[in-house]
Amino acid sequence: MQPLNRLQIAWRAAQDIEDGMLVNLGIGIPVHVADYLRPEADVFIQSENGVIGAGPLAPPDRIDTDLVDAGSRRITLRPGGSIVDSAWSFAMIRGGHIDVTILGAFQVAANGDLANWDMRLPDKGPLVGGAMDLAACARAVWVVMEHTTRQGEPRLLEACTLPLTAVRCVRRVYTDLAVIDIVPAGMVVRELVDGMSPADLEARTGAPLAFAPDCRELTAPPIAMG
Amino acid sequence: MSIDKRAGSAAEALADVPDGATVLISGFGGAGFPNVLIRALRDRAPKALTLVVNSATHRYSLTHELIEAGLVRKVVCTAARGRDNEPSPFERLWVEGRIKLECVPQGTFAERIRAGGAGIPAFYTPVGVGTELAGGKERRTFEGRDYILEPAIKGDLALVRADAADRYGNLAFRYAQMNFGPVMAMAARVAVAEVRAVLSEPMPHDRVQLPGTFVDRVVAVGA
Repeated sequence: MQPLNRLQIAWRAAQDIEDGMLVNLGIGIPVHVADYLRPEADVFIQSENGVIGAGPLAPPDRIDTDLVDAGSRRITLRPGGSIVDSAWSFAMIRGGHIDVTILGAFQVAANGDLANWDMRLPDKGPLVGGAMDLAACARAVWVVMEHTTRQGEPRLLEACTLPLTAVRCVRRVYTDLAVIDIVPAGMVVRELVDGMSPADLEARTGAPLAFAPDCRELTAPPIAMG
Repeated sequence: MSIDKRAGSAAEALADVPDGATVLISGFGGAGFPNVLIRALRDRAPKALTLVVNSATHRYSLTHELIEAGLVRKVVCTAARGRDNEPSPFERLWVEGRIKLECVPQGTFAERIRAGGAGIPAFYTPVGVGTELAGGKERRTFEGRDYILEPAIKGDLALVRADAADRYGNLAFRYAQMNFGPVMAMAARVAVAEVRAVLSEPMPHDRVQLPGTFVDRVVAVGA
């Protein structure tokens, strides 16, 4: 059994981005989705700080300190790109103009509840950023994350135990072990890594799983972690 | 007398900031931080400020200098977590109960400030429904979806970073510098902009991104 690494999870999510979509990518694994979009897909990446059409990171000789994304990375703009102010950027998000947002998560519940903003760490301040706006208002919310915590505790649960970001919002979850859709009846496994049985996956998951009749093998090309 | 909003220095532009002021500070994602004005405000040292700023801990912003200097009573922000294992100046004071925090989702933060400058006292948003940030807020259903009521934010002072200005206070921004600048300038009683350069001639009309009517003072600070 070979779980996907974090970049392979990003690669797998990228394969489902459709031509012409306006996509917002969260900090962490999600921003790497932009590196693996199908070359023929004409996609605009939105960043909460007002960038529409974020391109690749700027090469050292083309860094412009005013051209950054919401994660403070020095980026480029793609042809056709533009920049607006924060009120307009979030009107775009809240108004349902973002086709899909891909976010990291601490926990996802069987009803689609998302917890990804506050781990309740002692002495650490809260950081909500744009997570609640995106989770509540993007037309689709996909999550990319590791299936369990480093201690082996499940992140997919009957109900989240950490503070919620938004309720009933997650539609699909990509993990190192599986691709799972969230439907009104609960979690449906669409893809599963080779060598893992349904019972193995259930043992690592804190909510009931259904397996799609056409459940496939989850694969990704080799990608070295940088 | 003809309009001239040019101030000779950041200190001159902030000479009348009183204790207890609510100060809106632009900047997000590494661009648009008015760091020359922030430092001038620290030197002037008004007490018991309320800061309305996207992040209390951003590594490219000098907001933390106001907090470290003990000038801040409360922060309204979307991010209050430092990057390091060591607590940030904000987190240290917050854990000790010496500074207040209001944590706001970023789109709600932007829209509350926009509303403050646009004559809207409060608005309903779906963001935060079902989370602890909705606690105590009025809830209402429109077309089958739940919303919470969020109040506008107004300020006594806005500190904004832009690229260029003219004597009329017209502003042009570069790339992602814009972020909260326009709404913060609109929502504050006095808006001060620091810019790379103040033009000697009126700004070409088609370059103006924020009309000078929303800006009270401009200071050239260089790159």
